[in-house]
Amino acid sequence: MNTVALAFDQAFALVAGGDAQLVRIVLLSLGVSTAAVALAAVLAFPLGAAVGVARFPGRAAVVIVLNALLGLPAVVVGLAIYLLLSRAGPLGSLGILFTPSAMVVAQAVLVFPLIAALARQAVADAWRDYREQLLSLGASRWRSAFALLHDLRLSLVTIVLAAFGRAIAEVGAVMIVGGNIDGVTRVMTTAIALETSKGDLPLALGLGIVLLAIVLALNLLAHVLRERTQERA
Amino acid sequence: MALTRRGLCALVLAATAALPALAQDRSITVASTTSTEQSGLFGHLLPAFTRKTGIHVRVVALGTGQALDVGRRGDADVVFVHDRVAEDRFVAEGSGVDRRDVMYNDFVLVGPKSDPARVAGGKDIAAALKAIAQAKAPFVSRGDKSGTHAAELRYFKLAGVDPAQGKGSWYRETGSGMGPALNTAASMNAYLLADRATWLAFRNRGELGIVVEGDRRLFNPYGVILVNPAKHPHVRQAEARAFIDWLVSDEGQATIAGYRIAGEQLFFPDASK
Amino acid sequence: MTRRPSMLPLVLEGVGFDAGGRTIVDRIDLVLDAGPRTVVLGPNGAGKSVLLRLCHGLLAPSRGRVHWAQVERAGEARRQAMVFQRPVLLRRSVLGNLLFALAVAHVPRASREARARDALARVGLAGLGDRPARVLSGGEQQRLALARAWMLQPEVLFLDEPTANLDPGATREIEAIVQSIHASGTKIVMVTHNLGQAQRVADEIVFIDRGRIVERSAVDRFFARPATPEADAFLKGELPWH
Repeated sequence: MNTVALAFDQAFALVAGGDAQLVRIVLLSLGVSTAAVALAAVLAFPLGAAVGVARFPGRAAVVIVLNALLGLPAVVVGLAIYLLLSRAGPLGSLGILFTPSAMVVAQAVLVFPLIAALARQAVADAWRDYREQLLSLGASRWRSAFALLHDLRLSLVTIVLAAFGRAIAEVGAVMIVGGNIDGVTRVMTTAIALETSKGDLPLALGLGIVLLAIVLALNLLAHVLRERTQERA
Repeated sequence: MALTRRGLCALVLAATAALPALAQDRSITVASTTSTEQSGLFGHLLPAFTRKTGIHVRVVALGTGQALDVGRRGDADVVFVHDRVAEDRFVAEGSGVDRRDVMYNDFVLVGPKSDPARVAGGKDIAAALKAIAQAKAPFVSRGDKSGTHAAELRYFKLAGVDPAQGKGSWYRETGSGMGPALNTAASMNAYLLADRATWLAFRNRGELGIVVEGDRRLFNPYGVILVNPAKHPHVRQAEARAFIDWLVSDEGQATIAGYRIAGEQLFFPDASK
Repeated sequence: MTRRPSMLPLVLEGVGFDAGGRTIVDRIDLVLDAGPRTVVLGPNGAGKSVLLRLCHGLLAPSRGRVHWAQVERAGEARRQAMVFQRPVLLRRSVLGNLLFALAVAHVPRASREARARDALARVGLAGLGDRPARVLSGGEQQRLALARAWMLQPEVLFLDEPTANLDPGATREIEAIVQSIHASGTKIVMVTHNLGQAQRVADEIVFIDRGRIVERSAVDRFFARPATPEADAFLKGELPWH
């Protein structure tokens, strides 16, 4: 109980003090996760939509694999990306290991299956209602997929938020590929992990509270945006 | 709809721009250990170096085994660890060149106030470990190929004890860094071998305190090695050598000695050559 | 109108369709020519909607052939259209829905807006272009669906119970638009279960019962002197004074 009370104290002190290091860590967390989700979404939305409307042999297998990838452990993704980006690995010449770019890549890989699977589900459900009319109009599968993505845009916002939540909350992948370098690749989650292992639990918890507050604020913002666009239906 | 799309693009661009500039003009990557980082030494040491040379040092803190592996792969320019045997092997296999002594700190045996093995106040690490094994008192090990872990295994050997016999009963391997292992020991009221620096910086002590210290065999020397540029041409040789040279210089050594926690010196300069 | 050779007549030979282990329609032989407005009548579950979808190509027959005089080529604008009982509109503006259909038909971008606004005017929806399509009333939505279908000057327009969910006022509006579409040269093929509507709209009736075409005749003759006992029973069931 004492630790928790101390934690809240720490959290307020950090935020009120506008600690420069904290600000940098928060901005980096937001930047990395936003870039990762954007990168993943650009690829995953069309893929998910395409699988949602297409019919091809082996489609069931693709859907099963996609859904299975939802359970991909973050630390496994981190390890795989590390081996790829290491100088001793195939993409080593890119030289992005232990930089924020590697973290963006790792988080993007992590949330890609989430976005694709959820998009596929949403599009497939909508396809049932739209299919006959779109085929009647002569729309190709691709055009139909994109038209559905556009129609489902409010649901897509929810999917993006879910992906963002997963990205910003994970620590295993970014720890391995980022290296938790002070001032360069230290994000909220790795900072919390570090403070925990140093035994500074109130500070760790305080950082955790700040992180939660940010995620809460973002969800609130998205909710307001959704309500506004609903009105204009 | 077009407005939301444009807004989203702007947000993404801003977010990516917020990412700090990577690979700034002059920087090196140093693979070191979690115990060293958690002691807070780097926070004290590196700014002095950067002020003097303008070179930024990016420290990736891992267990010793992992740090050397990072060096082996060429993902760092310098390795800075404390496991002489592993360091020598690193150089012998051609992964590193120019190993230099830098400093040493020491290990301490920490244990619960209740002291079930009756070792408190002792000055002999081997005797203490023998007593703990005989009493089957709980003992937490990092079990992670770190320098600390390697040292611990050496001391058990000196004591004539095979800790593997105790796996699953009194000998508990956490496979983690110094901090998490300390957390575990504190909550289990177990004995643990820790480096003094991490212990002094550690806040969550519970009932733990130092029970054995000062045995000469508990000294823990650190070495710095340049990752072999012949093997990894992309290594930033000039900047890396500047760092190593500074560490062993009078100025660097004095800075190391000047780092204190609660008035106590943690690291003792040791660059002889 | 269309300078291309006509797609009609549409010929169905020995067409059958099975689903879920049941035969829905069977041994359908039908020729649809340009000209008369064809209305398909029948009791519930007779297979009217399935027949329409087989004609339009939304379903592939389990047996037999469905074949047009001219084949539509992939990548070209569609020359037949269909309006469903419940209009399926995209979640965008009224005008946006029409622009989408024009884009699908590869109509040059420059002429799209003019054609779309013209189509809206023809169905009496001018001025509602910027409204979200979803907030329109049921009747307005169906008019929009008709505008979308008519806009591309189809040779054939299939309608599947287009006014089943609408009130009498909206129903009359829809029927008037269908009449205009017919007058502009499009072949009308409509399914309805509203006998009054059938009498108003049709030139000929195709009567289908339990998956088979049982009778086909001019509208006046069908209602005055049905030739088959099934048609007779059907009309008696619906019109107590017959």
